[in-house]
Order: sequence, then structure tokens, then C-alpha cells
Amino acid sequence: MSRRFRLAADRFDIVPLRDALLDDRAGGYASFEGWVRDHHDGRTVTGLYYEAYAELAQREGEAVVDEALARFDIIDACCVHRHGDLAIGDLAVWVGVSAAHRDAAFAACRFIIDEVKARVPIWKHERYADGDAGWRHPDPAER
Amino acid sequence: MSVRLSVLYFASLRDATGRAEETVMCNADDLRGLYESLRERHGFAFPVERLRVAVDGAFARWDDEPREGSEVAFIPPVSGG
Repeated sequence: MSRRFRLAADRFDIVPLRDALLDDRAGGYASFEGWVRDHHDGRTVTGLYYEAYAELAQREGEAVVDEALARFDIIDACCVHRHGDLAIGDLAVWVGVSAAHRDAAFAACRFIIDEVKARVPIWKHERYADGDAGWRHPDPAER
Repeated sequence: MSVRLSVLYFASLRDATGRAEETVMCNADDLRGLYESLRERHGFAFPVERLRVAVDGAFARWDDEPREGSEVAFIPPVSGG
């Protein structure tokens, strides 16, 4: 079994990731794509950079997906997160879940992206149109 | 009792220190004390309550004792996704 959480240094194709989740027992599949948008808190974003503590991010990301498999009635799940430089419109994170029924697929997909955002050691460095740039270190309330 | 360990810095903590890693001689009783001494030296903005700590690639507890030869990482608030 390939790892269910992966860091990707370059753009990746979601078609084979989805194909890997296909299963005769599955009646539903839910996915989430997180994209780089052009604004944050009213400021124009021109690009960003994700830094990861790779060793711990891999371990914690895997733990998140394992928790989803234990907590929800799903068949399989996978999450891939980019690191490095990304442009506006780029795919930053992808989550896919297969399950017998849609409720569990949606719930697990939501759980995985929320937990990844809250726990996995990846940091976003945003560049703004006014020439400023900075790391995002949100309070829990901001997430 | 002093132990030699390496500390990894990420994101704004790396900006504050100007380096991704440093070797330190640690006299603190626990990882909280290690962070406090480095916060004083480098002027980190975050109080310890805002961070998590990891040792050798796994999350650890602030009251864990610093270990000789270990790799400690301070984890500022994350922003993936």
C-alpha cells in the first residue's frame, strides 16, 4: 500500500490518485481541492511558498488519515499536500475518500482537510502586491 | 548537567534566528526551559503556549527532559491547506 499522506514538491495529477481509491464496495467518493487564491484578509496575494517539516509532516499527515479510517465508515482515503513555490490558481492540497455511502465520504473528507490545516507542520509564506510578505501563523480561532 | 543537541527552526522562527538549524549546549531541565532560553537569545515573538515541540521527528511534551544528541524542533502555529 502506498502511503496515504504525501508531500509533493511539484504539480501532481489527481486522476491516478482518484483511480487508486476506486473499489467495488464503494458507492460514493468525495474529494476536496485547496487552491491558491489571489487574496487574503483584503490584501492582494501574488504568490506563496509552503514550507514543511517533512519528517514530522509525513508522520502527522499519516496519523490524520489513519484517524479518519478509524472514525468513519470509509473504504480508503488519501491526501497530498504541495510544498515549495506556488502560483495563483495552483492546487495546494488534495483529499480523496471512497466509502459505501456518501455521508461518511463527505464527513471523512472534511475531517481530513480540517485536521491537516490544524495539525500538520506546514507553513504558508504569502507575497502581497504591495511588496510585503510574511508567514501565516494563525490563531486557532482564525482557522 | 549540560547536553548538546540540535535545534531546527521553521518559518518565522528561522527568520528570527537567520538559520535553519543550530547546535546548542542545553542546561535546562525540560524543553520548555530550552525554548525560554532561546526565546530570550533570539527574541522570538511567540510565548511557549502558542507552540508545539518535537524531538527526533515526533511530537513531544514541554516537560520532557532534553536528551543528548537529539534533534529538537519548535513548531509555530501551522498554516497548511
